[in-house]
Amino acid sequence: MGYLSVIVLLPLAAVAARSMDGGLDAFWRAVSGAEAVAALKLTVIVSLIVAALNAVTGTLIAWVLVRDDFRGKRQISALIDLPFALPTIVAGLTLLALYGPRSPLHVDVSFTRVGIAMALLFVTLPFVVRSVQPVLLTLEPEAEEAAASLGAKPRQVFRRIVLPSIAPAILSGAGLAFARAVGEFGSIVLLSGNRPFRTEVASVFIYGRIQSDDITGAAAVSIVLLLVSLAVLIGIGLFGRRAVRDEE
Amino acid sequence: MGILVKDVTKRYGDFVALHEVSLEVPSGALTALLGPSGSGKSTLLRTIAGLEHADLGRVLIDGDDRTDAPARERGVGFVFQHYAAFRHMTVRDNVAFGLSVRKTPKEVVRERVDELLELVHLEGFAGRLPAQLSGGQRQRMSLARALAVRPSVLLLDEPFGALDATVRKELRAWLRRLHNEMHVTTLFVTHDQEEAMEVAEQIVVMNEGRIEQIGTPREIYESPASDFVMRFIGPVTHLHDAVVRPHDLEVTVDPVPGSVQAMVERVIHLGFEVRVELTSGDGADLWAQLTRAEAEQLEVVEGQILHVRPVRELAKNGSAAHPGIGLASEA
Amino acid sequence: MRNRLALRTLALGYLAVLLLVPVGFVFYRTFEHGVSAAFDAVTTPAATHAFWLTIELVAIAVPLNTIFGVVMAIALVRGRFRGRSIVSAFIDLPLALSPVVIGLALILVWGTKGWFGQWFVDNGLQIIFSFPGLLLATIFVSLPFVVRETVPVLREIGTEQEEAAQTLGARPFQTFWRVTLPAIRWGVAYGVILTTARALGEFGAVSVVSGHLAGSTETLTLHVEDRYEAFDLTGAYAAAALLALIAVATLVSMTLLRRRRGDVGWASS
Repeated sequence: MGYLSVIVLLPLAAVAARSMDGGLDAFWRAVSGAEAVAALKLTVIVSLIVAALNAVTGTLIAWVLVRDDFRGKRQISALIDLPFALPTIVAGLTLLALYGPRSPLHVDVSFTRVGIAMALLFVTLPFVVRSVQPVLLTLEPEAEEAAASLGAKPRQVFRRIVLPSIAPAILSGAGLAFARAVGEFGSIVLLSGNRPFRTEVASVFIYGRIQSDDITGAAAVSIVLLLVSLAVLIGIGLFGRRAVRDEE
Repeated sequence: MGILVKDVTKRYGDFVALHEVSLEVPSGALTALLGPSGSGKSTLLRTIAGLEHADLGRVLIDGDDRTDAPARERGVGFVFQHYAAFRHMTVRDNVAFGLSVRKTPKEVVRERVDELLELVHLEGFAGRLPAQLSGGQRQRMSLARALAVRPSVLLLDEPFGALDATVRKELRAWLRRLHNEMHVTTLFVTHDQEEAMEVAEQIVVMNEGRIEQIGTPREIYESPASDFVMRFIGPVTHLHDAVVRPHDLEVTVDPVPGSVQAMVERVIHLGFEVRVELTSGDGADLWAQLTRAEAEQLEVVEGQILHVRPVRELAKNGSAAHPGIGLASEA
Repeated sequence: MRNRLALRTLALGYLAVLLLVPVGFVFYRTFEHGVSAAFDAVTTPAATHAFWLTIELVAIAVPLNTIFGVVMAIALVRGRFRGRSIVSAFIDLPLALSPVVIGLALILVWGTKGWFGQWFVDNGLQIIFSFPGLLLATIFVSLPFVVRETVPVLREIGTEQEEAAQTLGARPFQTFWRVTLPAIRWGVAYGVILTTARALGEFGAVSVVSGHLAGSTETLTLHVEDRYEAFDLTGAYAAAALLALIAVATLVSMTLLRRRRGDVGWASS
């Protein structure tokens, strides 16, 4: 217990405390500065888009891994966890190599928002897949078979029978993806070029504030980031719970 | 000596699992704790074992007060419904466990384990893992494991509940034989009344945290001490205000003194038994259990009018015929 | 049938574009100028030091977090204290926080201007911008994994084996050592692998608390960034490839252990 407190709780409390160091006034100033706002806005919007994209691609991949069969499937399935195992800086570098300034494909997304989105898609890939896979695995085929025998087309079966069952899993996976995306640093820092107002995300902005010794400002924006993350996660949690209740 | 339980009460929050339960299990006896789910029988067993702690009352094992002693100091052998096998150890290591935690010399351990494996007919399986055994084999291993440390008392919690019907029957007979050989004070929990009647010398019927009756299988069946015991053990049917066992009804074609007229509604042939559902003159339903021979002799057929008389009553006017028989005496 | 093929192509195509091709390409770039060039790039003094520093950090952080993880898992599953869900949430915190924020938090507590800062300065200790700071960051970010992987396994095996051991006369420590621990070992092992991977790959938090002094306070991940900023692409790719190799080894162990663990944990396939 002491271990937990010293390692985790103490530093967290410190951040909260420090953010209020200059009083509410200084907090507001730090957080409403144009650059800070731009960074936060960019972060949240891109993360939401990425989470939504992941909801689709993650479900697709999970579906193929569970329902389809092909050679090398098990290896591909194991590969899904690569973004978990790979250091973020390496992830950024790999994307940069193929899709950056010296790209052999002549595709250059460095210094762009698209690049940021790609980096985030990379690191958040496993969340929705791993969330949906176990649910799909335990889904009984009888319901789908019944629907098919009643004349439903595959797309209808998916939309009306399968989707409702896996929706909570998709949602929770997307929520985790969002939380991760919002705080992501290592994969973006090389790729995005960190141009203020254009490609600077919140985590990079905070990093900059620390380097400039504006610790209070850094702490203030950190708290806002945390709160945004929390708000979205709670929102998803509530939404998910209501959806379950409606179904029952 | 054996096991002595005095006024044990156990609560879980507001729920009273055991209410001032007192019980004596004679040394060397084979006793069953019988009752429906939630009757407290497992709780009582676990309290005796030391896996649960009584809020009030005393537990004595072999004359020693063990109420406050932890499980490992009570000298009890415990067998779980789902075997509780140490999955990562071989059968040999499982059986040897109790001895090895007491730092018994290896040679002694090996001998004793071999002895027990032979006793439970698992000699060839010593090197296997529990996952490679069938349910019945796993339970025999658990029994061997419990007996390895020579417990003064053997406790079994629904030991055959997780097994197939055939295996269950085999193991029941086998437990009886084992007990005859080893004479360890044995107490087992079951919700299956047939099992209790077949295996135990003495049955303790429990309901809602209390003991309803203690007696031999025959006593419990023929002289139930309460309404609950009456209905829980064996089938009942009603004739006017008398409660009777369906096979205690004498069925005749002609009237006899004390008999009641009834019409046959349905005849069901269940192999050796024949179940005859009847409606009596005042519209009440009852059923009688006849042997095939009896049914054939009467030429029972739907619509037939027969006469029914109870040979032996369990209860009259709504109260048990033999109340209070066999309840635990003050200890 | 056509549908299935289309879906499969889409899914695999996405994975290829995002995951497989880029990673493969990094290895290509690494060995583009020959194996010896790559080897030289990864055996410079700075690179070697970064490598061993990273190993040291992992060698300390992982055992500590493992012990904490097992103890905490037992407390959470078998314990009976109030506030268990709060403690559980706190343990998950490192997963929800941005690495930069984690680094910031550490500076605020352990830095010279932080809460304990004065005490450290007086005693000539330096936490931030030196090894201890890096260690704290590494421990922080890799904290939850052993706990999270052990808890479901502990729950699944139930208390019966432990109760059986008690009735057979085993003392609490004997029960733990001979019954509980062996029963949960695959869950723990899986957690250790995840912990190690995380500790090795941490970038954001260590970047904040490190002084970025090449050859002194740079981990292997920081070294990658350092080489890239210095336009030493070969050096950057070589170090990145090394890390990627370790990541693949991690993946392989994860897959093997997942089967042993019986797919009880959170991420099963």
